[in-house]
Amino acid sequence: MSTTATVATLGFIVIAMALSLWLKLKLEREILIATVRAAIQLMAIGYVLQLIFDADRWYFVLGMIFLSILVASRNSASRGVGIPWIFIRVFVTIATVSGLTLGMMLGLNMIEPRPQEMIPISGMLVGNAMVVSSLLLNRMKENAETMKEEILVALSLGATGAQASRRATHRAIRSGMIPIIDSMKTVGLVQLPGMMTGLILAGTSPVEAVRYQLLVMFSFTASSALVSILLGLMVYPTLFNSAHQFVGWKQRMEDR
Amino acid sequence: MGALIRIDGVTKRYCSTNGTVTPLNRISAEIPQGRLVVLMGPSGTGKSTLFRLLNRLENPDVGEITYQGIPLTKWDPVRLRREVHYVHQTPILFLDTVEENLSYPLSLQGKKASTERMREVLEQVGLPESFLKRHVDELSGGERQRVNLARSLMLDPPVLMLDEPTSSLDPKSVDTVEKMMIRARDQGRTVLLISHSREQAERVADVLWQLEEGRLIPGQVMR
Repeated sequence: MSTTATVATLGFIVIAMALSLWLKLKLEREILIATVRAAIQLMAIGYVLQLIFDADRWYFVLGMIFLSILVASRNSASRGVGIPWIFIRVFVTIATVSGLTLGMMLGLNMIEPRPQEMIPISGMLVGNAMVVSSLLLNRMKENAETMKEEILVALSLGATGAQASRRATHRAIRSGMIPIIDSMKTVGLVQLPGMMTGLILAGTSPVEAVRYQLLVMFSFTASSALVSILLGLMVYPTLFNSAHQFVGWKQRMEDR
Repeated sequence: MGALIRIDGVTKRYCSTNGTVTPLNRISAEIPQGRLVVLMGPSGTGKSTLFRLLNRLENPDVGEITYQGIPLTKWDPVRLRREVHYVHQTPILFLDTVEENLSYPLSLQGKKASTERMREVLEQVGLPESFLKRHVDELSGGERQRVNLARSLMLDPPVLMLDEPTSSLDPKSVDTVEKMMIRARDQGRTVLLISHSREQAERVADVLWQLEEGRLIPGQVMR
C-alpha cells in the first residue's frame, strides 16, 4: 500500500467524525485521540519490529514477548482487583501457557524460530490469553458473590474449600472457553479471520493462509483451556483461609 | 450430663456501613449431649451467627467454643462441620436431582450413598422414595426444605443445628420434621433448633434459650 493510500485511510475517520458531529454524539474528541494514539502506537511498533527483524537476535525476540506478557498481565489483572497477588498469578499463567504453546509450535516445526513468525504468533497467543484470563476473572468475581450461599452450604456439608468452589470455578472456566469455541464454529462462514485476511492481502496463497489460521485457532483453543484452568486453580484458593472458611475477595480489600 | 459444647464469653462483631454491629456480646452457655435446645429471639439477634460460629464457618472475635472439651480451632474444620452440622435456612439444592443432592455429602468423602440410606432419610422427612428421581426444579418450597434437611441427615451428624427448618412447611410436614428431631434426640443426638414459634418450642424443646440484643438468656428447662 502506498503512502498516499495510507494517508487516505484517514478519510474513514473523517466520515466517523462527521457522523458524530451531525448526530451530536460528542465523540469527535475521543475519535481524534484514538486515531492519533493508534497511528503513533502502530507506527512505533512497526519501526520496532523492523529493527528486531533486521537485528535477528533471539534476545530481542524474547524481550518483545516478555514485554507483551507484562502489558497483557497488567491489563488483565485490573479485572481481578481485590484478589491477592493477582498480577503475579496472571503473569505466571500467561507466561507459562504462552511459553508452552509457543514451545510446542517450535518443537513440532509448525513455525520457524524467526522473529517474523515468533513475534506475530506470540502476540496473538498472549492477546488471546489476556482476553481469556480477563473473562475468567470477571466471572470468578461474579460467581464468588452470586454463589456465596451455595459455597457456604457446601462447606457446612463438609466440603473443603476446593470442593465447595468447584462448581463456581468450573462455570468460570467454561465462560472463558466459550468465545473461542463459538468463534471456531462460525469461522470462514461469518468472517474471514484477521490473520488469514492479512496473509492473503500480502500475497500468500489462500490455502497456505488457512494453514496458519488453523494453527492459530487450534492453539488458541488449547491455550484458552490452559489459561482458564491454571488461573482458576491459582485463584480459587484465595477465597478461603486455612480453616476452609470463606473470606471472599471484597472483604479482603476492605481489610487492607 | 456433661457439656458437649461449651460457649465461653463469645463476642462476634461485624463492620457495616452503619458502623459496628455486635450480634453476640460476651455470651456463655453449655449444651449438654442428647438434648434438644430451642433458640428463640427476634430477627437479626445473632441466632444464625451463633450457628455459623458453632459450625466454624466463622470465628468469634472474643471468647472460645469447645466441642467435646477441645477448642473448635483445634479440630479439623472439615471434620467438625460434618459432626457439628449446620442446616442452613435457605434450601440450596445445587445438583439436578434429589438423588444427586442426597449423594453429595458422602461423595465429598469419596463414599457412595446407598439407595437404602437415601430412602431412609427421605422417609424421616416425610417424602417417598420416588422423590429420588425428581428434578429439584420441580419441587415446591416445602419439598425443597425437606430435601435440604434429608441431605444433611445423610451425614448422620452427632450434633444437628437446624435454622428454621419448618418455616415453609404445612402443618402435617411440620409434625413429621418435629418427630424427626425428637427421634434424633432420643437416639442420643444433640439438636439445636432456631424457631420463631413459641408453640413449636413448647412441643419439642428440652431447653429454651432466648437471644436478645446480643445477650443469651439460657437455661429455661422445658422438660
